[in-house]
Amino acid sequence: MSAFAFVAMAVLMLGSLLCLYRIGRGPSAPDRTVAIDILGTLMVGFCCVMALMTGQDFYMTIAIAWALTSFVGTLALAKYLEGRCYDA
Amino acid sequence: MPDLVAYWLIGIGLAFGLLGCIGLVRLPDVYNRAQAATKCVTFGTCMVLMGVGIHGAVNGHWAMFVKATICTAFILLTSPVGAHAVCRAAHVAGVPLADCSVEDAFVDRSNEIRAERARAAYRREVQREEAETPRT
Repeated sequence: MSAFAFVAMAVLMLGSLLCLYRIGRGPSAPDRTVAIDILGTLMVGFCCVMALMTGQDFYMTIAIAWALTSFVGTLALAKYLEGRCYDA
Repeated sequence: MPDLVAYWLIGIGLAFGLLGCIGLVRLPDVYNRAQAATKCVTFGTCMVLMGVGIHGAVNGHWAMFVKATICTAFILLTSPVGAHAVCRAAHVAGVPLADCSVEDAFVDRSNEIRAERARAAYRREVQREEAETPRT
């Protein structure tokens, strides 16, 4: 159980490192935005594994809140990239 | 036995998430990257959420199950919307496709959006000049 959670965390951390590589290296701004979005989704998975490991359910609340803020941030970045003003 | 189902779900979800991240690094342009990463990582995270929810329901944490279900529905709704918005913005902003691409079906609509935005900017400019010139 505990070993399973640690392996799961290692896998998620490897994925996060790949996302960070793309955020740092990405040739254009949309690459970085996509990578940030994916990193947010991976963090939701991270919160789930933490909930599994500790048996506390407030980590799932953190996951829901993280998904919400990640979505809003991605939409704001997309609007900014498209060059529109925020009220159009 | 249901615990085993939960562990298998979480394992499959983690494998999908890792493959999506590898796609994010390996694929040639932003559209391919967004497609691979969004689909795989969304599906993988939903599997992990369902596994954790089943694990919680088996062990008596019903709040965990309910929250996992809510989070699954939310991610399934929002992640494709976000990726679509980013890809549309990238195409309108003029990020080029990879050299090996065969067809660009969005190019006409993208040009329309750009022309429409240029017209709107011109109209705003004209309106501002009219407002700034003193009335006689």
